[in-house]
Amino acid sequence: MASKKSGYRAAIRKAKLMNLLKYVIVYSVLLIPLVPILSMIAWLIVQSFSEGPTSGLIPRGFTFENFRFLWHPIRFGLSEYPNIWPIVGNSLILAVGTVAFEIPVAALAGYALSRMKFPGRVATMKLIVALHAFPGVILLIALFYILNRLGLYGKGILTLIGVALVKAGLGVPMDTWILKGFFDGIPWELEWAAMVDGCSRFQTWRKILLPIITPGISAVAIFSFMGGWGEFLLAYTYIKRREFYPISVFLYSVIGEFVFVDWGLLAAVALFYMIPILVFYALTQKTLLKLQLVGAVKG
Amino acid sequence: MKRYVRESPIFLGLTGFLKRVKRYIPGGVSGKVLPFFFMSPFFILISVMWFAPVGITTYMAFTKTQWTITNMQFIGLDNFVRIFTRDIRVVDTIYITVLYVSSVLAINAFFSLVLAIFTTYFIKKEPISMAIRLAWLIPRITPAVIYALLWRWFIDPNIGLLNTLLGSLGLPTPRDWLLTPPYSQILMIAVNGYVGASFGMIIYSAAITSIPRDIFHAAIADGATDLQVCRHIILPLLKWPIFFVTSWQCLSLISSYEHILALWAGGAGVARAAEVEVWALYAYSKAFYASEYGYGAALSIFLVAIGLIFIFIFFRVFGFERMMQPSKVEV
Repeated sequence: MASKKSGYRAAIRKAKLMNLLKYVIVYSVLLIPLVPILSMIAWLIVQSFSEGPTSGLIPRGFTFENFRFLWHPIRFGLSEYPNIWPIVGNSLILAVGTVAFEIPVAALAGYALSRMKFPGRVATMKLIVALHAFPGVILLIALFYILNRLGLYGKGILTLIGVALVKAGLGVPMDTWILKGFFDGIPWELEWAAMVDGCSRFQTWRKILLPIITPGISAVAIFSFMGGWGEFLLAYTYIKRREFYPISVFLYSVIGEFVFVDWGLLAAVALFYMIPILVFYALTQKTLLKLQLVGAVKG
Repeated sequence: MKRYVRESPIFLGLTGFLKRVKRYIPGGVSGKVLPFFFMSPFFILISVMWFAPVGITTYMAFTKTQWTITNMQFIGLDNFVRIFTRDIRVVDTIYITVLYVSSVLAINAFFSLVLAIFTTYFIKKEPISMAIRLAWLIPRITPAVIYALLWRWFIDPNIGLLNTLLGSLGLPTPRDWLLTPPYSQILMIAVNGYVGASFGMIIYSAAITSIPRDIFHAAIADGATDLQVCRHIILPLLKWPIFFVTSWQCLSLISSYEHILALWAGGAGVARAAEVEVWALYAYSKAFYASEYGYGAALSIFLVAIGLIFIFIFFRVFGFERMMQPSKVEV
């Protein structure tokens, strides 16, 4: 009897040990590969407040000196920028432009796809899915030709707007799809009531439906703003004059042109550039995971 | 609206004109025309940014377009003859592309499956698994340039962390990760693998959470181990999501080069010397660094074709419904 009892105990102990082992494996597979990523983020923050290059993750002193670019001219190697704010402005134009082109188009089309019967409706929805799967980046050469033909290449601010237009064009199928989903969720009765009261279809859309899906529209708008703010490839390819560089291309040119020594300044600019994204990331975690699911961000 | 605007001749003329146009449209504006009024901005944007580029790429592939992109000379199949017979970079580029796509795909489609099973099935506390999932999203939401800068620090032989970590494990610590070929290719795979892992993880996680818990409980009650639950319940149910993520990621990897371009900064030569120039990047650098737009278009025509073939397969295999809800599980 006693031996049987101790046998149970041993079995329980073994089961507990196996359970512990299981969780050790699970957590190490999940977390050890994250060490590089998390250390990089930690470094970015530490380095931007450190006086010299960090050794590993240990800062050298504490200073705000790296952030002097916010009110002083920036000097990297041989090139000097009088002021960071025009560059920030360029990034803003790009991001706001993307939203401005993308959201109205997507909201109109999403409504029509959700609510109206017209020949080719199903075909259009299939087309949207196909476009979402098709990798737009391989069309960059032809898009360059189109920008040239539209007279938007090498025209300073107009080029920025052209890049925003391209960015919006590449993003519009998915946004339309997401907004269609939001329109699908609104009951028909609301629209009938509005139309019985004498609204036209356009007025119904503008005055009744849009206010209802404001949360959806703002989620999509924030996503496309972030897309424009973080955009690198299109801006790098099409914008050749330094005055019109957005922050991403500016940083890239600094990394590429010189063997940079001023890690502190570089990290500070990068952290500054990341602020909107970090705020957005902190505020919209759940939506982020959900919108990732429908593929708001391309894999 | 301001009164002086409402009564201005331009405004009155415009509204009058619109009213007149309305009268000539059968059924009025609210009839058959209205949907197209709503759809037209969408169609215009799509035509200019998707359809026209596909057509232009195709045409440009048969032209010699150099230095100025608007000046095309039709040369027939010459670009393709050059690709298949005279271009010495092609074989290397194909090799690098295959290496890149297959290795990163292993991470994006299969390691992400491990991540998803671990965060949804093994870790029962939702806040913890969500925190881990969000941490895995960091590489994806970080702008490409910042991500490249972070890696630049990480691999730096003097102040970076990588060589310190490798050294303490007794592994080789190359001085220059960016330019020493086997290491540069490992770096390329790691950098892109981190970006892509979250896509599969999220799709799989949603699929696993939609499996009724009862099935797991029943299996455990019948004496199944966790491994058996994964092998005999989760994996068979995840057949379609796995297939979806694999093919979808395969297509997007074949055509992606943004992170390689951002990390191996400094013109065309660096990525080429490091042997990380994938096909899509080769097409890009031919067009935008060497200004041989026609030749670049000819190179990217292959990618356009691959993309179209993949989309055809998507529709045949998955159908429309499954493509929009890849994480739906049929129990």
